Amino acid sequence: MDYASLSANLLFVSFIAYLAGTFFFGGAVKSSKTEKSYKDSMWGKIGIVITIIGFVSQLGYFITRWMASGHAPVSNMFEFTTAFSMMLVGAFILIFFIYKTPSLGLFALPIAIVIIAYASMFPREITPLIPALKSYWLTVHVITAAIGESILAISAVAGLIFLAKNIDLTKKSKERFWLEAVMFTIVLVLGFVVSSTAFSLSGYEADFNYIDKNEQPAKITYNYPPLFGMHDYEQVTTDTMKPWFEMPSIVNAKTLTTFVWSVASGIVLYLLLRLIFRRPIAALLQPFAKKANSQLMDEIGYRSVLIGFPVFTLGALIFAMIWAQEAWSRFWGWDPKEVWALITWLFYAAFLHLRLSQGWEGKKSAWLAVAGFVIIMFNLIAVNLIIAGLHSYA
Amino acid sequence: MSKIKCQCGHENPFGTVLCEKCGRPLTEEAKDSSMVDMRYEGSARRSQTYKKSIIDKIWNFFSSVKIGVSIIIAVLSTSALGTILPQKFYVPVNGNDPNAYLDYYERLYGTFGKIYYHLGLYDMYNSWWFKILIGMLGTSIIIASLDRVIPLYKSLKKQRTKRHPSFMKRQRIYGEEPVVNPDESLVNAEKALKDMHYNVKTEDGAILAEKNRFGRWGPYVNHTGLIIFLLGVLMRGLPGFYVDETMWIREGETREIPGAPGYLLENVAFTVETYDKESADAVFGEALDKNGAIVSNFQSDVKLYKEKENSLPGSEDVEFIKEYPIVVNKPLKFDGYSIFQMDYKTGELSKMKFALLNKETQKSLGEFTVDLNEPAKKYDLGSGSSIQLMEYYADYDGIVDGEPVSKSPVPNNPAFIFNMITPEHPEGEKSFVAIQQTLEVEPNDYEVKFQSVESRNASGLTIRKDKTLYILLLGGIVFMIGVIQGSYWQHRRIWIQKGEGSEMMVAAHTNKNWYSLKKDIDKVKETAALPAYTDKQDKDTAADTMEGETV
Amino acid sequence: MVIVRKLYGGREVAKMDKKKKRLYIRGALLLVMAAAIVFALTSNKEKKTLAVGDHAPNFELTDMDGKKVKLSDYEGQGVFLNFWGTWCPPCKKEMPYIEKHFKEFTDKGVQVLSVNIGESEFKVDTFIEQYGLTFPVMIDKNKSVSRNSYNVVPLPTTMLIDKNGVIQQIITREMSESEIVSLMESVQPE
Repeated sequence: MDYASLSANLLFVSFIAYLAGTFFFGGAVKSSKTEKSYKDSMWGKIGIVITIIGFVSQLGYFITRWMASGHAPVSNMFEFTTAFSMMLVGAFILIFFIYKTPSLGLFALPIAIVIIAYASMFPREITPLIPALKSYWLTVHVITAAIGESILAISAVAGLIFLAKNIDLTKKSKERFWLEAVMFTIVLVLGFVVSSTAFSLSGYEADFNYIDKNEQPAKITYNYPPLFGMHDYEQVTTDTMKPWFEMPSIVNAKTLTTFVWSVASGIVLYLLLRLIFRRPIAALLQPFAKKANSQLMDEIGYRSVLIGFPVFTLGALIFAMIWAQEAWSRFWGWDPKEVWALITWLFYAAFLHLRLSQGWEGKKSAWLAVAGFVIIMFNLIAVNLIIAGLHSYA
Repeated sequence: MSKIKCQCGHENPFGTVLCEKCGRPLTEEAKDSSMVDMRYEGSARRSQTYKKSIIDKIWNFFSSVKIGVSIIIAVLSTSALGTILPQKFYVPVNGNDPNAYLDYYERLYGTFGKIYYHLGLYDMYNSWWFKILIGMLGTSIIIASLDRVIPLYKSLKKQRTKRHPSFMKRQRIYGEEPVVNPDESLVNAEKALKDMHYNVKTEDGAILAEKNRFGRWGPYVNHTGLIIFLLGVLMRGLPGFYVDETMWIREGETREIPGAPGYLLENVAFTVETYDKESADAVFGEALDKNGAIVSNFQSDVKLYKEKENSLPGSEDVEFIKEYPIVVNKPLKFDGYSIFQMDYKTGELSKMKFALLNKETQKSLGEFTVDLNEPAKKYDLGSGSSIQLMEYYADYDGIVDGEPVSKSPVPNNPAFIFNMITPEHPEGEKSFVAIQQTLEVEPNDYEVKFQSVESRNASGLTIRKDKTLYILLLGGIVFMIGVIQGSYWQHRRIWIQKGEGSEMMVAAHTNKNWYSLKKDIDKVKETAALPAYTDKQDKDTAADTMEGETV
Repeated sequence: MVIVRKLYGGREVAKMDKKKKRLYIRGALLLVMAAAIVFALTSNKEKKTLAVGDHAPNFELTDMDGKKVKLSDYEGQGVFLNFWGTWCPPCKKEMPYIEKHFKEFTDKGVQVLSVNIGESEFKVDTFIEQYGLTFPVMIDKNKSVSRNSYNVVPLPTTMLIDKNGVIQQIITREMSESEIVSLMESVQPE
């Protein structure tokens, strides 16, 4: 087997391992009656072993892909997002050994799984490096930034557990609404994965010619039934549906179509889940969060920000600036990706200040941690796909 | 403002919450609470002390962390606004015409684009209000830090080993219980703490064990780093500190480098390379099939020259310095300057080859090549034939007032007036030759016929010099040291002291990571008899303990 | 009692001093921050262009006869320094007027120096022939004089330099004949 296919298989193994790991951590939480049995649970031990196997396998994916392509596999959306999920699991393993908390695994692993699934929706072939990326700073900057972001993400996981445990879901409240909104967002990502997989399995393709925003003719292929047509489009494939609307040239109608399909499938999926379980998703998860120690979750949330913040600063700002100076002649150019890294950084700086001197602990701190993760995800997803800048390599 | 005298006799500055020395609560609020606010050791922040003059008022404004956080949030949200549409410097508009920008935003983004432009958001990071916001952030960082670090330093320095019970009781971690042999416990605890690398002080039946106090200075160190960084950014405005220029240079040209007086650059060749299926690694096959060719390299091979010492601009008295291939990510560096590969143009005409033909027989009398950038006056074709170049228009743009005109010196649309000298016409026949066009005053026997063309590329380069880079780097390093110092080391203190009779008290405080602090106390408890303690913030464990299990 | 009062008074004075000191320190720091912000708002990273009153930078270019011409050769004389290109219509229009008055002003101590922006010798030669120019014409091959030293953007640009080498006027548009004469007169040494 060559490195490239070995790499793909290893990623699949890790995906399965994380699924199994989630199951065992769930068992650990369910089966334990007390804090002590929860910590020393056999289920939890098996869970972490499986998680480590999955992590090692994903590390194997990373290394073999690196060997196959000759560059660190962080050069496009699929590679970066996969690496991010790997580091998220790595950060979880680290925190698990400090705090021995199966609940954290029960929430962190599914998030890693969703992220891997999301990553797999992007082109997975190994691409050679374009000139702008040919630098060892690619390795240094991107990997450090991803490690920082993944540790910060652990804080959101802890925050989510804290909230799932401490928000009273029996009464109508803003908090309950927003917690469910977070769950809904995760289901939306699943909606994207499900719809994208379904259409790509069916081999759906619709080709168009259109006029781009620089008034040049261009071609585009949709993998979803085209709800929205590109500016001044002309249908090439005839047996596919005709777009409902034509978009102006600045709107990427293909992205919009994908987005609308994903949201629609997400909503259907969400309604289905509600129909099956007859309860909000958050309420479904609450029993699994109940075993976690609130004080400990607050502490993990805070500590992972403390550990992650310096790494993030180094990777996403300092190394980024050094590379930008080498590649683009300026260390800072207010490119959207740069700005959003700065926004993330400022946000966590505000988090730390609020916690240190305004005493924002518990729920407030947990909400901030979740919001921080939303910003990180926004920078990863929306900035790359919608606000095109210098970083839109994917 | 009067000082506050504590019962222990220590005089504290006005505004102090906890006595600097013994820790007794001094305010009514602190006395009433079961847990004290230890953030700045309960010391008096200077800002809160005086509220008189306008200067004090401004000072107090910036000293507030609430204001600081508000400024951070303001910078954060306005920054986000600037990413909605591309900023001015990413917009492909030539020149600096405001109307051209307005047109661009309106054409692509409609009314929203127009509003975005008029609000100044299209260039918001250079706007006066954004700069003021950053300036306020800097001010807030300096003042808020100064106001906290000095009193914190003083109170940590003045702290006594033996604290008043009221201080102990109000700590988050606290326990009291009679033990069998308090003195022995103290000795054992001291040893255990020392083994754990605590700095242990004893005083009259009391222990203060302290660790990593330097972690408390982390925030102030990282704030210093930020200030150094902002200072560096500010210094770019000083003359001579910062150069940012661009230049277009064609293959074969030598030009003085803009912004770097005295240095000249020759563009030897510009090349674009791509990955193709034959030469690229097999693993890339799928990607190349899908995307077509992918560019692998942009390269300008250049030669750098320097005008000799004491020579004047314009003199051709230059010395060769070095040859260098400028590629993306590998700029040419010299004397504090860096030259970057940023852009390129291909296909500018450089040479045109013509043949002199007899119109009737189509027999060639010879060929000649005109260098469009350095044309010659005469091209000798041998055997009595030659071509005289009478006029040359690099960018021919029609005839104005009976005279052909060129609209630029760039050979975009070359046109020529040739005088064809042949044995039959020793005086020559005149012909105007442009692309796809030949004009003759009267019918000629001969014609100049276009044969082939050579083109050349041009490199778009950026020239930068930034003397502040090292200051910025220093700022970054100091920031990292500070943030690591503050995040990865936690200031832990454990107080153990004898109470009445055989009572023992234990209290502990850390600025972060309570989990490890508790583990430390548990470790001491293994060898020394200490009272059980509770974490007043951990309600879950308390609930568990009720059920008969302990952590 | 007196002693106590004195002591008390002394403390009061010390306190006043401290308060004043505090005010000064705070005031100074705030002033520095305000100055930094003002600097950030006003400092201009744009390249500095030459302005009236600046000393004209020296240069050395070779004229069409192969003679080296330095600006400093004309110290004590006025200089009419003209930057131009063959493709620029206003440049063409003003050339005959410059030629017409050049001789007369050379005798009065005003020299015409004409700098072409990096075109080929062929173009410049044919241009000189066409307009019958007799004043020194130089080609700025590397654009080092026009781009770096003088930062000339629009063509034509004409600078009037007085006998002390100070730029008296900068004209960045076409000039009429009478304007050319009065400009030349303006830098004529007494």
